Amino acid sequence: MSTSIARHGAAHLPLLTPLRLGLLLGLLALLAGACGLAAGSEGWSWAWHDDAALIQAIRAPRTLGALAAGALLGLAGALAQGLFRNPLADPFLLGSAAGAGLGVVLVLAAGGALGAWLPGAVLHGALMQGSVVVAAFLGALGGVALTLLLAGGAARPLKLLLCGVVVGVLMGAVSDLLLLVSPEALRGRHVFLLGTTGFLGWPAVAWLAGVLALVLLPALHLARALDALVLGDASASSLGLRLPVLRLLLVALMALATGTAVSQAGLVGFVGLVAPHLVRRLVTTTHRALLALSAATGGVLLLAADVAARSLVAPQELPVGVLTALFGGVYLLVLLRRQGSAA
Amino acid sequence: MMAAPGSLLRADSLLLSLGGRRVVDRVSLALAPGQWVALVGPNGAGKSSLLSLLAGLRQPDAGRVLLDGQPLADWPPRARAQRLAWLSQQGEAEGDLTGADVVGLGRLPHQGLFGAPTAADTAAVQSAMAETASTAFAARRLNMLSGGERQRVLLARALAVQSPVLLLDEPTTHLDAPHQRALVRSLLQRARSGAAVLAVMHDLNLALAADRLLVLQQGRLVADGPPADAAVRQQLVVVFDQAFSIEPVATAAGPRWVAVPAL
Repeated sequence: MSTSIARHGAAHLPLLTPLRLGLLLGLLALLAGACGLAAGSEGWSWAWHDDAALIQAIRAPRTLGALAAGALLGLAGALAQGLFRNPLADPFLLGSAAGAGLGVVLVLAAGGALGAWLPGAVLHGALMQGSVVVAAFLGALGGVALTLLLAGGAARPLKLLLCGVVVGVLMGAVSDLLLLVSPEALRGRHVFLLGTTGFLGWPAVAWLAGVLALVLLPALHLARALDALVLGDASASSLGLRLPVLRLLLVALMALATGTAVSQAGLVGFVGLVAPHLVRRLVTTTHRALLALSAATGGVLLLAADVAARSLVAPQELPVGVLTALFGGVYLLVLLRRQGSAA
Repeated sequence: MMAAPGSLLRADSLLLSLGGRRVVDRVSLALAPGQWVALVGPNGAGKSSLLSLLAGLRQPDAGRVLLDGQPLADWPPRARAQRLAWLSQQGEAEGDLTGADVVGLGRLPHQGLFGAPTAADTAAVQSAMAETASTAFAARRLNMLSGGERQRVLLARALAVQSPVLLLDEPTTHLDAPHQRALVRSLLQRARSGAAVLAVMHDLNLALAADRLLVLQQGRLVADGPPADAAVRQQLVVVFDQAFSIEPVATAAGPRWVAVPAL
């Protein structure tokens, strides 16, 4: 069909926009930071080795990691909004955020309790950081698993959402209880809640990129099921789709994407909510292109926030989650006002 | 029980209760290829519930539905969807998909989630859109269309399946007279080319143009036969509380029956 072919071709064009922006921001991200590169002062030459080391060890993995984490969040957001047929659905629904938070608090509190017997280097070193990452990941998946268990599967989206809220409240309460017992975990949890891209190293990049590939491919294949869901559950079933199985698969992909991003970058809010919105404002498209474009846009958004977080108050850094929340909040407000004036 | 020879879809003593009320009460029927059948009845008679039982979207409390002689529940969902298309009463669709995207979904049972559209899929989509005069909406968002335009797109989605059994729940909703006529013509054409078509009809004059009428009252099938059958027409008038009379008219295409409101 000619229209479909034309639109299919057109879908590649908008994908180029976030990719170009990503490249540009990526270059900027390599240059931005607390310790500026030497260009402009004594020339490039003498400091180049130091700069190259800085870029290779810190800024390159941070840049790529921000892109990949943002892409995971954007993809998870598009999956959530398609799955729940709600443009305000967020990837942090279904207990993943609260689960990850609880996991982090558990590890930090356990670290505090063990502090009397363990040398400080162990507590504050790579082992602790690694444990936090694993705990956040397992916590996010655990939160979603508990939500699925309470809802009796993924067949009824509304029940799933309500159970997600319940799990969020319960896990939040348990976290707060633990913090009362072990207040030293408070600061660690605070950093996690704000979201940060500052700790992304090469192992994190490898993990984020690997999971992105693992989630994106099946998600793109399931995209037509999300299209069919637009017609309503009954119509989608009449088209031969096994909805309970499909929903379970989609929730699993969403949980994996969210859990991975959250474990590496903390609770970076609004990227998953805003990225699919931005895409939908710019192009009319099926879910296949929407998922891919939301991933690309999510990556660019988080990287842009990361560059801003590093540059705005250099040599200090702002937590990137604060910036994404500010941008996302203002964006949604503008959107609501526009819709309000259109109605 | 064996399926009646020649019936594509057959229901045996279907029973369904919702909220303590029997909405489908021991309904048995058979749909044969080549027939356009209209399902009529007052509000709340159980028409949509019966249709969703026939489509396998709801499980009956008792009784069973046979598609090609096999219990509907035994059919793999995709194979069932290739043989049986269903159109919902309310177009729920609200997303950003274009008309062509929506109609293309009608080919999902043939392609599966992982298949790419073939030439046959493209041809089926194009002809279904032409049939409902919705080609002009191919590139427009569904949620930007008017009620009637959207209904034509959704109808094309059901037709694009090209299934031998077609179950449509009030397909003429929102349609103006020319498009109602076009719809009836295309249902007739589908039936004449071998499909079994069952449509819930709100407009009694359109229903009276069908090959056969099924009259439903409080979940029970109280009449089943061609409009030419005086007993069927009589039952229709009774079920609708004598709100109209049914009169014969001579048309160029032969004698027809029309419902005249009793004011």
